[in-house]
Amino acid sequence: MSILINKDTKIIVQGLTGKTGTFHTEQALAYHGTQMVAGTHPKKGGESWTSADGTSLPLFATVAEAKAETGANASVIYVPPAGAAAAILEAIDAGIELITCITEGVPVQDMVKVKEKLDASSSRLIGPNCPGLLTPEECKIGIMPSSIFRKGSVGVLSRSGTLTYEAVYQTSMAGLGQSTAVGIGGDPVKGTEFIDVLDMFLSDDQTESIIMIGEIGGSAEEEAAQFLIDEAKKGRSKPTVGFIAGRTSPPGRTMGHAGAVISGGKGGAEDKIAALQEAGVQVSPSPAQLGETLVKLLG
Amino acid sequence: MNIHEYQAKQVLKGFGAPVANGVAITALDQAEAAVDALPGPVWVVKSQIHAGGRGKGKFKELADDAKGGVRVSFSRDEALDNIREMFGKTLVTNQTGAAGKQVNRLYIEDGANIDRELYLSILVDRETSKVSFVVSTEGGMDIETVAHDTPEKITTIGIVASKGCTDADAATLADALKLDGSARDQGMALFKNLYEAFTSKDMSLLEINPLIVTKSNDVQVLDAKVSFDGNALFRHPDIMELRDLTEEDEKEIEASKYDLAYIALDGEIGCMVNGAGLAMATMDIIKLYGAEPANFLDVGGGATTEKVTAAFKIITADPNVKGILVNIFGGIMRCDVIAEGVVQAAKDVQLTVPLVVRLEGTRVDEGKAILSESGLNLIAANDLDDAAQKIVKAVKG
Repeated sequence: MSILINKDTKIIVQGLTGKTGTFHTEQALAYHGTQMVAGTHPKKGGESWTSADGTSLPLFATVAEAKAETGANASVIYVPPAGAAAAILEAIDAGIELITCITEGVPVQDMVKVKEKLDASSSRLIGPNCPGLLTPEECKIGIMPSSIFRKGSVGVLSRSGTLTYEAVYQTSMAGLGQSTAVGIGGDPVKGTEFIDVLDMFLSDDQTESIIMIGEIGGSAEEEAAQFLIDEAKKGRSKPTVGFIAGRTSPPGRTMGHAGAVISGGKGGAEDKIAALQEAGVQVSPSPAQLGETLVKLLG
Repeated sequence: MNIHEYQAKQVLKGFGAPVANGVAITALDQAEAAVDALPGPVWVVKSQIHAGGRGKGKFKELADDAKGGVRVSFSRDEALDNIREMFGKTLVTNQTGAAGKQVNRLYIEDGANIDRELYLSILVDRETSKVSFVVSTEGGMDIETVAHDTPEKITTIGIVASKGCTDADAATLADALKLDGSARDQGMALFKNLYEAFTSKDMSLLEINPLIVTKSNDVQVLDAKVSFDGNALFRHPDIMELRDLTEEDEKEIEASKYDLAYIALDGEIGCMVNGAGLAMATMDIIKLYGAEPANFLDVGGGATTEKVTAAFKIITADPNVKGILVNIFGGIMRCDVIAEGVVQAAKDVQLTVPLVVRLEGTRVDEGKAILSESGLNLIAANDLDDAAQKIVKAVKG
């Protein structure tokens, strides 16, 4: 098995008609037949979208309509920042089970409102400002480069998009491959945290080990470490390698991701590394040695 | 985006917050008019820079025993003397770094009759995903010290977005700050107004330290620090106008024109990376191999050749840069676009320092072909480790 997505996942694209939505939908369709089933556009309901190679998808005016007509259970959002929160809310209202928001630069207070609604719903949101998720040879949601994946046993999760790719690439090179890779996104307020995904990886048979990549800012890594300690006491644990980006970042400066800032003496890399080590996570000293560190850990 | 104290007070005043009367000056010849516009008998002259710790700060050009960046003056002449002494000087505080910041604006304000100093801030609490108030009776000092030494004196409450700041929330805050009588009524109104200001203007931080209770039991905003969510500025053109470019690094301003996330640092290796996490990790690995990064630069996911060229020019404009590392793992970003940008930029700036390029991901083969056909004198790297070692070796020998 994998987590969150597999070959049966049916996906609606919110923002399909734009350049980014088009490019990545074509990529997803080309990836082991990922089931992209429809697109939405408020003014183009009833029309259709056609990819460069001639594949055609129906367009609907609303997510609710698209879901009713296609039986979709997931959506991916490529709409610009100003409309991203409304797009997420629309997907929640339509009862979409898994919503992935790729959009970077969503105002944080928009996400505060989204989060309240999300918590009261049965939907799960991945992102925003994330690369999406991918289960090798089954399903690709988002923008990850599919050529670096290989079916296997490592669960990859990360706050950073491109560092997710490093972990995937290195575990493919090491011959381990991935069960599922999930980029949870770099914003301070987001739909899914480390703990949620760790819990799924611990329960997933196909996942034999985990790579978790954090960065400076906030306390999600410390919470994840505590979660791993608590679960280990219940007998749930898997070999885990960690990495924290931003050891050399100066305090008080936001490092690209809205969430990556050391403020008020909190969120520094050293505290996070110490917390993960205490939870039995093997922390890689370099982002180039994620795969190697895991191979050594697995013996 | 940060704004000055006097601008923050103007914004808050617009939401009904009680602030003292004051006048900002941007040139010395405005000093007399500013002082005369206020009734006295006490004038406070406050340096306007984007950094905290101004009161305890020191002016570089003045003697060590000279007063700091916020001065209480008890006569018209004293106020004017202070203004002349402070204006244009370089203020060094615990937040400016050793270089300090030039004081190009002063704010002259009515003195207040302080009974108690309190602390209040509003921020987005990422742990609860709520807008939260943080208050303490211990105002006027460093809140991190209070949090560390006497955490029981800090009260935090999260606001439910769909309900806003309720009467019950305001009462909890008033209790925590031990407000009574007229101050309590004013405080409860103020908390709601500040919440309204925070949410309607997309602030990322609103800090009032101190919030004061006067001897006549009125509350007043004595200092104010406000930052805005850069991602929401598109819907606040009025706030955009408050941006003070003289407070920002020139290279960072240039980068922001091209929507590049750039932060200037002190090292010798310029970095151009896609993705914030990988950019930070690239800085980390450079340090791991014994050198220092000259900058953080995330070209983002939607970079064009033009954007990459601009990034390259900004990096090479830094005289400290002795070598450049380009590290791209293309997902949404295509390697061929990066490669074209690098080739174009290297031609434009007539590159004289070593350049190491590592490309991986979407359209990597096309990207590598563009680089190798360009005839550029660059060092190709296979992976992140290889790239970091090669650039450090090229710079350090």
